[in-house]
Amino acid sequence: MDNVIGIAGLVKRFGSTTALDGLDLTVRRGEVHGFLGPNGAGKSTAIRVLLGLLHADAGVVRLFGGDPWRDAAALHRRLAYVPGDVNLWPNLTGGEVIDLLGRLRGGLDEVRRRRLVADFELDATKKGRSYSKGNRQKVALVAALASDVDLLVLDEPTSGLDPLMEAVFQRHVEQFRDTGGTVLLSSHVLAEVEQLCDRVSIVRAGRCVESGSLADLRHLTRTSVEAELVRPVDGLDSLAGVHDLDQDGRRVHFQVDSDELDAAIAALSRCGIRALTCAPPTLEELFLRHYGDEAPQGEPVPA
Amino acid sequence: MNLTGTGVLLRHHLRRDRWMLLAWAAAVTALYYSQAVSVAGLYRSQADFDSAAATMRHNTAFVAMAGPARALNTIGGQVTWQAAAFGAILAGLMSMFLIGRHTRVEEEKGRDELVRAGVVGRHAPMTAALLVAMIGNLVLGVGVSASLLSWPLAAADSIALGVGLTLCGWLLSGTALIAVQLASSARSAYGIAGLVIGAAYVLRAVGDVGNGALAWLSPIGWYQAMHAFSGLRWWPAVLLLAGAAVSTTTSYLVFERRDIGAGVLAARPGPSRGRLHGPLDLAWRLQRGSVLGWSAGLLLIGLAYGSMGHDVGSLIGSSRSTRDLFVQGGGSLVAGFYATAVAMVALLCVGFATSSALRPRGEEVDGRVESLLATGLHRSRWLFAHVMVTVTGTVLALGLGGLGLGLGFAMVTGDARNVGPWLLASLSYVAPVLVLAAVARLLYGLVPRLTSLAWLALAFCVVVMLFAEAFRFPQWVRDLSPFDQLARVPEEDFRRWPFVALLVCAALLSGAGQLAFRRRDLR
Ligand SMILES: Nc1ncnc2c1ncn2[C@@H]1O[C@H](COP(=O)(O)OP(=O)(O)O)[C@@H](O)[C@H]1O
Ligand SMILES: [Mg+2]
Repeated sequence: MDNVIGIAGLVKRFGSTTALDGLDLTVRRGEVHGFLGPNGAGKSTAIRVLLGLLHADAGVVRLFGGDPWRDAAALHRRLAYVPGDVNLWPNLTGGEVIDLLGRLRGGLDEVRRRRLVADFELDATKKGRSYSKGNRQKVALVAALASDVDLLVLDEPTSGLDPLMEAVFQRHVEQFRDTGGTVLLSSHVLAEVEQLCDRVSIVRAGRCVESGSLADLRHLTRTSVEAELVRPVDGLDSLAGVHDLDQDGRRVHFQVDSDELDAAIAALSRCGIRALTCAPPTLEELFLRHYGDEAPQGEPVPA
Repeated sequence: MNLTGTGVLLRHHLRRDRWMLLAWAAAVTALYYSQAVSVAGLYRSQADFDSAAATMRHNTAFVAMAGPARALNTIGGQVTWQAAAFGAILAGLMSMFLIGRHTRVEEEKGRDELVRAGVVGRHAPMTAALLVAMIGNLVLGVGVSASLLSWPLAAADSIALGVGLTLCGWLLSGTALIAVQLASSARSAYGIAGLVIGAAYVLRAVGDVGNGALAWLSPIGWYQAMHAFSGLRWWPAVLLLAGAAVSTTTSYLVFERRDIGAGVLAARPGPSRGRLHGPLDLAWRLQRGSVLGWSAGLLLIGLAYGSMGHDVGSLIGSSRSTRDLFVQGGGSLVAGFYATAVAMVALLCVGFATSSALRPRGEEVDGRVESLLATGLHRSRWLFAHVMVTVTGTVLALGLGGLGLGLGFAMVTGDARNVGPWLLASLSYVAPVLVLAAVARLLYGLVPRLTSLAWLALAFCVVVMLFAEAFRFPQWVRDLSPFDQLARVPEEDFRRWPFVALLVCAALLSGAGQLAFRRRDLR
């Protein structure tokens, strides 16, 4: 088995809402797989089916080649999961929770536990009720990263972490991958996925709309540039990789493929840069641009 | 003080709480009014009443439980005696929950931040919470006064009993508001506020049994010192009002000394390493407070019932219907009374058993199960651990309740022969109590949305036990209550088969619930 996770045609309904509508997802051994989609796309639902917490309405779900609904506990010994919304017991300390989850998974690596607690600057003596969201997430991350498993399932794990802790998180995920581990990382932030992932699946309205390596999806990772120049610039539209150019005298606004960024900025700087903002496009912008035609029917169309 | 937005918040709170406030008012009013009803129905002649009153006044356990014995041979005196202390406790608990709910809990859940980001003054949230509690206590007082006036009892005394209750509630609202500033979590705030209420009760109990001095340290003591229906005096009400003003002012001063979201007392750190090894450790750790609390409570209630000793005959009086309630099988009055007492302890224990059976539901709703079940822990083992705690806790609580009955009786009468038999009698109720817990478990497994229906099952059993005789319920309705299947020990002899059948029934229902849980989605 080379696929750690194999999901095909997965359907999950909650009453009248269809959360997953024929989702496909394949995660290969040893890769960090980004599971990208806007809020409400169905990422958490897919993960909960994958963990056997929810029962699939239709489709095939394989985890380590087994059926996660039937063999949940046995399969779970080989993975660690960090939920999107970490809730702790109000009267247990972070340390107690880390040790409990570790033991239920079959043991913790003591050395790694100590290092993780230090790296994440976690106070393990605090009670669950006094942790902030970010700290609750750290507790779950330490518990997951300190256990000896083959697969990490992380549901938007950095949504409460500050940038410094995000870097710590990324370092540890990379280490885990370098020792042969597999990671499924869900996120709605493109930049995070770009940093860490080998392959990405993009999910929207319960369905996978794109899947491939980051190079395949390079067209998604444009940078949005806005600049105010000393004198008007010419010939931007003829540069490779520049899109959606909007020029108004000395102000320009355009998107540029990340690998052509250098050339575009060089062209701007020849005309003297007064102000410059570069930003990765938000996921919502991406979706509007690439999949806008697939937007749900019946939305009002501006006249 | 910056109070901008208090009005908006207050209206919002009252909207959210209107049913809860009504329920508290109904319960507390019923507590007072039902004393009048039951006393009036209990004694057929004044001579009966006088002799019962004499017995009560000399029973130290009663005085400790209820308060100073004054004018016990009048309906008003009985109402005051039986209801005032417990009414004050209920008013205190209501105030504590209302204030906690709108201050600490909101801060804990992060909703407070959202509110404070709006056009809301610094002191508005706590002031709105305080006003809700004050309005709640006002409603309690009005309900009590109005119900007693409608009886009709003496007007001034009826009003005083309500006014005293309201003021006592205001004072305890103030202390609850202080507790909320001190503690850094809702749980410990409830702990501190509950301790104050408990201390007030204990001080007055010790004072009333002794020379009365300590009762003057307790707001409940001040309330009772108003001597409603036994030579009414109003000046203790001024003490209550002053106490309310002082405690409330203090709470605002303490508020200035803390940050939003934190308490004056920092949360204590705990161990950095865990000793919990598996699901059973965890389930016990989560439920042990509830198990020990209920067990201690039932022990005390057992002791209280037991300490009535042989006096039950004169206390119950000669009213036919009351005798019927207590002595359903035609045995002796004392045996009949204690058979009913054992059953009451068991009914209370259903409160523990049902809430314990529903604890997994709370864990699931609060989103703490996901992480657990994503480990090597099997769902059914997780749930079974909670089942074990429910069963163990039920046995412990019922055992201590039964033990309390026997020990209380022995302490008052010096006759310890009943300790063993009554302990066994109480334990025989393990079967029906577990049946009701199993009903809750089945609901949890099948339709978790409807778990609150489990409480209806308890309500049904209470109604059958209290009213089946008086209202002549048909036999098949009575048969539906698992409590009615069991022999009324010690009045009747223990019968093995109903006990075994009920145990089997409990096991089957609980097993079905656990199976259903394995097959459903987790939320
Ligand atoms: N237990 C549930 N009951 C009803 N609807 C749900 C439930 N869980 C998720 N949904 C719905 O399914 C959709 C997908 O949700 P989710 O998987 O949480 O999205 P994501 O994690 O990608 O933000 C949403 O529309 C959400 O409202
Ligand atoms: Mg999600």
